[in-house]
Amino acid sequence: MNENLIEIAYILAASLFILGIKGLAKPKTAVRGNQMAATGMLIAIVVTLLNSTVVSYEWILAGAIVGAIIGATLAIKIQMTAMPQLIALLNGFGGGASLTVAAAEFFKSQPVSGDLATMAATAAGHDVTGMGTFAMIATGAAVFIGAVTLTGSFIAFAKLQEIIDGKPMGFAGQQAASALLLIGSIVAIGYLTIEPTNTDLFWAMVAAACLLGVLLVMPIGGADMPVVIALLNSYSGIAAAAAGFVMGNSVLIISGSLVGASGLILTQIMCKAMNRSLTNVLFGVMAEGGETMDADEVYAGKVKSSSPDEVGMLLETARRVVIVPGFGLAMAQAQHAVRDLADTLEDRGVEVEYAIHPVAGRMPGHMNVLLAEAEVDYDKLKEMDHINPTFEQTDVVIVIGANDVTNPLAREDKGSPIYGMPILNVDKAKTVVVVKRSLSPGFAGLPNPLFAKDNTLMLFGDGKGAVLDLVGALKEA
Amino acid sequence: MDISIIHITLFVLAVFLGFELITKVPPTLHTPLMSGTNAISGVTLVGAILAAGHGGSQNLVNILGFVAVTLATINVVGGFMVTNRMLAMFKRKD
Repeated sequence: MNENLIEIAYILAASLFILGIKGLAKPKTAVRGNQMAATGMLIAIVVTLLNSTVVSYEWILAGAIVGAIIGATLAIKIQMTAMPQLIALLNGFGGGASLTVAAAEFFKSQPVSGDLATMAATAAGHDVTGMGTFAMIATGAAVFIGAVTLTGSFIAFAKLQEIIDGKPMGFAGQQAASALLLIGSIVAIGYLTIEPTNTDLFWAMVAAACLLGVLLVMPIGGADMPVVIALLNSYSGIAAAAAGFVMGNSVLIISGSLVGASGLILTQIMCKAMNRSLTNVLFGVMAEGGETMDADEVYAGKVKSSSPDEVGMLLETARRVVIVPGFGLAMAQAQHAVRDLADTLEDRGVEVEYAIHPVAGRMPGHMNVLLAEAEVDYDKLKEMDHINPTFEQTDVVIVIGANDVTNPLAREDKGSPIYGMPILNVDKAKTVVVVKRSLSPGFAGLPNPLFAKDNTLMLFGDGKGAVLDLVGALKEA
Repeated sequence: MDISIIHITLFVLAVFLGFELITKVPPTLHTPLMSGTNAISGVTLVGAILAAGHGGSQNLVNILGFVAVTLATINVVGGFMVTNRMLAMFKRKD
């Protein structure tokens, strides 16, 4: 196939990717957007297969079959609650793909004793000396970022899947070790531009980058995983763009940088939602608290326990109810029960909305997907900034499986580690009902004075059971 | 002009375009956005096909090409399918 035609097809594919992402700006156009991006991918793949430099198909076919089976199985079988794990895995595979593509290019450029092409080149007086400087730097970048993404994502996956402990893990001098690996890798890439046939050095750099990926993610706690997944998403894009530089391929460069930018924006949004700087998250630093609050002091004698019947009576007379879901809701598989509760309330003419904090789930937008699975209308899912001004006109707020994102300390106590974190101002509502097993603290490890407020009722119990009891109480009434 | 300069230009422009595009995606769709862009980054498959199909005699290159095709295909197939699955749940209400 003509080279110019191939390039035109690549630009068409890149345009479809861009239009596809544009389609994702609205739920109505999103499915079409995804299909457009997939069409773009098909075009890119087909013209690549027709490229005259592709002469043997057995390795391609084998890889495509294995990959398609694994990919399809993952996509069909995955539980929506496990979506962060899947994204972590896919990020890792993306990094791995860039790593192996760049490595293949590197070894393709190596002189091979006995190889016909090499012998012909030497006989003709050309020296086979491996890659040029620009290609070597791009290869080094693709391999390095790809390897960090690969191992880092697998650690993130293992933490989310609870194969390894979600707690921050580290050792003395870990940051120094990471810095050393980073500097060593950069020096190795620099040296490879001078001596591009040093394969041992290349492998050493791959090993250093793989180790670095592990060391970077191990010290990050489970609560910060949304940031890490978004960041690794960005890395996988940058690695793809770097692989594009290696291959001199425009569609790879364009789509890689789109993904890199996307991941960076999501990282930023997540950091802002948790009031943490990216450096804090990356180095596993929690903000230092002033005096730690004593939970007993906060709660002593002020926590009011309630019953489903009592809350049912409150809901009967309510005109506006806001539900605040947290990941605890998904853990209790209570999404459908909550939808039932909302339907029952709406049948009685009550206005029901959901308040979604940006870190309500385990990755950006996760809670929205979980509620969409329970067939909750996405129009009812309100972002924090939109719903916060409405709490004063809300009769009952039901908090299920959420804790830190409702903690008024973030607003009021300058000494608190979470001070400044944007929260849902649920305490402004007439009554707050908190469905929770116990008074145990959330990820931040802090007591929540919301539980002791005059307008708060605690409904102790398992999320799903408590919500079903509420539905029952309402239907009886 | 060197071809690599053109590529760097493409890269810089695409990053800006990416920022413009992504800021318009509402938080409701951030998870499908991530899986969708993940699938798009699987376009490394293009590079993987070129590496795996060059027909050379170096086994290492062939094996690396095979691994690259496998990993990138998982990304493409898995990414687009799971995104479609999620987005279908959002569409249902219309």
